[in-house]
Order: sequence, then C-alpha cells, then structure tokens
Amino acid sequence: MYVAVKGGERAIDAAHDWLAQARRGDRAVPELSVAQIRGQMALAVNRVMAEGSLYDPDLAALAIKQARGDLIEATFLIRAYRTTLPRLGASLPLDTGRMDAIRRISATFKDLPGGQVLGPTFDYTHRLLDFALMAEGGDAVAPPPAPVPSPRGGGEAPVTATGATDADEAPPSPLVGEGWGGGACPPIPRVAEILNRDGLIQPEPPGDAAPPDLTREPMELPAPRPLRLQALARGDEGFLLSMAYSTQRGFGRTHAFVGELRIGDVAVEMEIPELGFAVEIGTVEVTECETVNQFAGSRTEPAQFTRGYGLVFGQTERKAIAMSLVDRALRWEELGEDATGAPAQDQEFVLMHADNVQATGFLEHIKLPHYVDFQSETELVRRLRAEALAEADPVAEAAQ
Amino acid sequence: MTRDPAYNFAYLDESTKRMIRRAILKAVAVPGYQVPFASREMPMPYGWGTGGVQVTAACLTPDDTLKVIDQGADDTTNAVSIRRFFQRTAGIATTTATAEATIIQTRHRIPETPLREGQILVYQVPIPEPLRFLEPRETETRTMHALEDYGLMHVKLYEDIARHGAIATAYAYPVRVEGRYVMDPSPIPRFDNPKLSMNPALQLFGAGREQRIHALPPYTGVVSLDFEDHPFEPSKAPGACALCGSGTSYLDEVVTDDDGGRMFVCSDTDFCAARVAAGAADDSGAAPPPHPSPTRGEGGALGEAGASTAGPGATAGSLASPLPRGEGMGVGGLAVEDGA
Repeated sequence: MYVAVKGGERAIDAAHDWLAQARRGDRAVPELSVAQIRGQMALAVNRVMAEGSLYDPDLAALAIKQARGDLIEATFLIRAYRTTLPRLGASLPLDTGRMDAIRRISATFKDLPGGQVLGPTFDYTHRLLDFALMAEGGDAVAPPPAPVPSPRGGGEAPVTATGATDADEAPPSPLVGEGWGGGACPPIPRVAEILNRDGLIQPEPPGDAAPPDLTREPMELPAPRPLRLQALARGDEGFLLSMAYSTQRGFGRTHAFVGELRIGDVAVEMEIPELGFAVEIGTVEVTECETVNQFAGSRTEPAQFTRGYGLVFGQTERKAIAMSLVDRALRWEELGEDATGAPAQDQEFVLMHADNVQATGFLEHIKLPHYVDFQSETELVRRLRAEALAEADPVAEAAQ
Repeated sequence: MTRDPAYNFAYLDESTKRMIRRAILKAVAVPGYQVPFASREMPMPYGWGTGGVQVTAACLTPDDTLKVIDQGADDTTNAVSIRRFFQRTAGIATTTATAEATIIQTRHRIPETPLREGQILVYQVPIPEPLRFLEPRETETRTMHALEDYGLMHVKLYEDIARHGAIATAYAYPVRVEGRYVMDPSPIPRFDNPKLSMNPALQLFGAGREQRIHALPPYTGVVSLDFEDHPFEPSKAPGACALCGSGTSYLDEVVTDDDGGRMFVCSDTDFCAARVAAGAADDSGAAPPPHPSPTRGEGGALGEAGASTAGPGATAGSLASPLPRGEGMGVGGLAVEDGA
C-alpha cells in the first residue's frame, strides 16, 4: 500500500547537518578564519560587499566562509542581513576627488596632474601559476615586500592612521610619472574636469535631489539615472561584464575610453543634527571609473564627448568599468542617440535582470516541487494527444 | 514553539509591515490590480515564496493559526521550511487542518475543503503579470491593463484553440476579476480556478521578486477566460484517489515502479488524510460541495445557488460542451497544418 511521502522535516535537518560538515571539509586541515578570508581573499570580499550593498569586510568574509565560497550565496546572506538594519540617516555625498588612492590611471592622457599610479594590479603580471604559493608557511617563500597597501604620499614617509608601517619598510613605490601628492589626501584632479575646462565633454551639473532607493521603493520604469546607477552598482559583475562587452562588440556601441579609474579610501561624512556640522564617521574603499565616449553632436549642439560612470565598493575595477559602459549605453535617449535595439540600451532588460540574488532565486526555484503544475500539463497533453490521434485515424483508434 | 526573541514578531520590522499592509489594502480596494510594493530581501531565496512570506508576516497576529502547503501538501520540504520560519519568528500556532487555520499560505493549490469567512489564503506568486509571456515589457503591460487592452490575451487563447482544439493552458489560467482586471491566479491548476470566485475567504497574492501584491476580497466574482463555443473547463486526471477514494479532488500522479506502474493520490494531503481517518470508502457522499463555478459573462452576481448544490459532475455538465475535437475553429487550423 502506498503511503504519502512524509519526513520533509527530518530530511531538512539531516541536509543541514551534512552541509555543515561539508563546509568544514577535511578536519586534518586547519579551519579558515574570517580574518584570513578578509585579508587574503580580499577581492572576493569586495565583490560580496558590492553586490550585497553593505560595506562590512568582516561580515562579507563571514558570509563567504558560511557559503563555502559561493559568492552569490554569500551576497544573498549579506542582503538578507542588510535588509533588517535600521536606517539611521544618510551620509553626505562621497568626495572621491579627495580619495586616498592606491591606484589611479587614465587611458586618455599619457601623463596628467595627480599622476599615473599602477597600484596593486594584475594588469602586467604574467599569468603563470606560482607554485611557490602552494608551499605551506609561505611567508618564507613569498617575495620580500610585504603585500600591504602602499601608503599614498610615501615619498614623505607617511604613516597611515591604521597601519603601523615603518617608513623604512614601505614597499617599493609602484608610482609612475609625476604628482606625488604628499600629506593627507590632496585632491586629485579629474580627467573629466580637465576636458570640461575646454567644453569638450558634456557637463554633469550637481543636484541636491535625494536619490531614490530601490531597496525601499519598488523600481518604477523608466528609471532616472541615479536609480539606474544604484541598480548597476548592486548588479551581478558577470552580467554587467557581458552587457558592457556586448556594447564593445557593436550592440549599442559607445566608443568608450577609460578617462580615469581610481581606487582607494574615501571619507564618509554625516551631518549630525545636534552638532549642526558634518563629521567623518569612517572610510570606505571604492573603485570609481569615468569613461569618455564619443558623441557626434547634432544640428543644435556641437560635437562633445559624453560620459559613463561607475562606482563600486572595494577594489572591483572590472565591475566599475563595466558599470560605466552600461551606464553610458543606457543614456542613449537623454543624449539624443538612436535606439538600435541593443540589449544594453534597453533599461528594462538591463535593470530587471542585473540582480543576481533575484536571478538565482528564480532560476533555482524550478527545482522545487511542481507536481501539481506538471500533472495539469500531463493531463492536458494526454488529452490533446488522444483527441488528435482519434481524429487522425479513427479506425485504428476504435480498433484499440 | 516559543518565539525567537532576536527577531521582531514575524521577522519583518513594523515599518516594513505597515508598508506591506498599505499595499494589501490598496490591492483589496482594487481587486485584481497589481500593486507595487518595496519587497524586502528575505532569509529564503526569491522563488521560494518570499512574496507570500511577506504578506503572511504582515497579516499575522499572535492569535493566528497558520497552515502552510506546497503543491497541496503540508509536508513538502518548502512548506515545512516556511512553517518553521513562522514558528521560530512569530511563535504562532500551526495546523495542517484547513478548517482550523486562520491564515493559509499556499503554493500552487487551493485547499479542497471550502474556506470560510475570516480566513486568509496567501498565494506565493512567481510572475504576477498574466500578459508577461505575451509582452515581456512591464511598461507595456501596465499600459495594457490601464486601457483594459486584453485583445492580445484573447488572440492567444484563440490561437490555442486553432492549433490544439482547446485552450492549452493547464495552470496559471488567466481570469477576469469583476469584469475589469485580467489576473494571473498564480500557478494553480485550472481545476482550482472555480474556487477563486465568490470565495468567502480573503485571497492575497504576493510576488516578492516582482514586487507586486494583488488581491481578491471575499465574494469577488472571478471568471476564467474562455469563448462561448469553447467554455472554460476545470480538468484533472480521471479516476479517484488510491488512498481515500475521492473522485472529486485534484490528483497527483505517483510513479510506483520502473515498469510503467503509476497511481493517483490526492494532492491535498489534509483533505485525503481526513477522509482516510473518517473511513470514507466511497467517494460521492463525503466530498465537500464544490465551489460555485462561474460561467462566462457573469459578474459578481452569480447564479450560485443552483451550482453549489449540484454535484461536481453536474457542475462540469452545466458547462455542457463536449471536449472540442477539432470542430469549429480547430478544424481550420488543423486542416491547414495537415495540408502543409
């Protein structure tokens, strides 16, 4: 006698126990600490912070550990945590012009005020597996300069507020070109502003309007640019990469140059009503990318460059560059371009499909039980087939 | 189960609940209209019922008794998981008995046992937009609803008949609410569609990922879309439940061996277990009266008195049309295809 399937509750408990054991892995190998993940898997931590929309490297590292290295799962853990947090207030806009940059490059000028600073980049590494890293206790094997972030303005023996790095042990400067700032975070001029002085680039007038927040209000289309940028900043790196790539290959081409890419710490300031002025409440590391794009001009306007913009938590430059290309592609209407039907120009397509937590949830939910829907389809298909067969060959049908 | 004090009652903070309740009130005021709401990330994935969970969380009070079903069953893994979530975060009483529940969260089914006034049925909704697979753009479909421009849907149903001889939608069968909005009833089998109409319970539909809530207030007239010569027919697998013998409940097909063996059992586990416990051997007497089955063209004021006293067979019979067998519109479509 068939008995209806029971035991979902026990199965779930057993699955959770097994998952915990699988996460821990071989107990002969020491457990990963959150501090190790934070320090040595920093780019994974950055991605989780960016897509989780929460700047907290420790929690992001914890999420990566709990998620067994599945970064979308880790992002989801961070999002679910973030959504419960109270909103105490809004910071002042970040002044990325006063960034304490570890990296700052421009592809449009060979040299420029502020200099070209390579920083800790993979760009010119040879992608050869470094088998020395397989050795345990690798510090002896590792090359002499400790992999600490280079303190900016190092020429004048700076000591960062957080690091006790002795000036003598500062790593070799990756600096190229002019513009050693010295002192604490002098402003680094923006490439776009340099172009703007000659009116060569379309201006971005500052505004006081409070930006919308898609985590508090449902997204409504068409979305204004601040909302689009928020959605892109939270969006999946892989999705944005492919969208941006598609524009480069001709689907909504915008001829982008990286006007400027900068990575570093920026002060977060907040107005305290009781004080009546803004105080610094901390710093966040961000990657900012501004592209310079061609624009032919029109009958009413002379030719001018246009801009795309990307700003992402942490050192996440692939995402920031991709974001700025997609941002630029989505601006076709306001910049008076023609719609070419390219996916990256279609804001509903881009914005509704960029979120990997939403996407993975809906994608994976098809593994949940669908007995009922499937049964209804099965019944319909059987009936339609029976009717069709009876009609095609009534004699054979009758004979059966 | 006692409530986990680390979380607010039913997990969501009060301002979020207020936001959701406002959306629910608007949805109740405009039946069938999809109200945008600022859906939150929940501690279970999108696609697992986050919309339903948020609606349930916004409706729950400490005195409520919650039932959670998935595919009609109380013991499917996701139903177990959601029930536990509310036990943990709200400490409320739970039940598997449809009649004892004040709030029922469901995925893909309406319970066989008729609901009563005061109960709330919360549906988990994947895609709330009935026009989505005809027009992928939200900006377009919102305009179509505003203009009551449902021609595309009727063309789709007509093409089904031309191609297959019948409307080839087995679940998530579109309905029209009080003669105004075309609504997706979530992926319930069309067998369940008649229960949507004039239901004494409040029916709330939550789509978390898509950020929409829609609703059917109690005793709302809901008509499944059809044509005069191809009337809507609720359908299910023929036969009776192998466990309780019910010939009127919706059946799941269970594969029993790898030799083609199969059997059919009730998808509604509570309904089935209660019948087994009551020792119901044969079907007809114990089956609950079916919900009134609206026919085309009727609005809220249905001639339900006659229908609700009739047996299920009579209900289907009153719709009265034999299965379309390539007659009428179907013939043309099939003939063309055969000739080609």
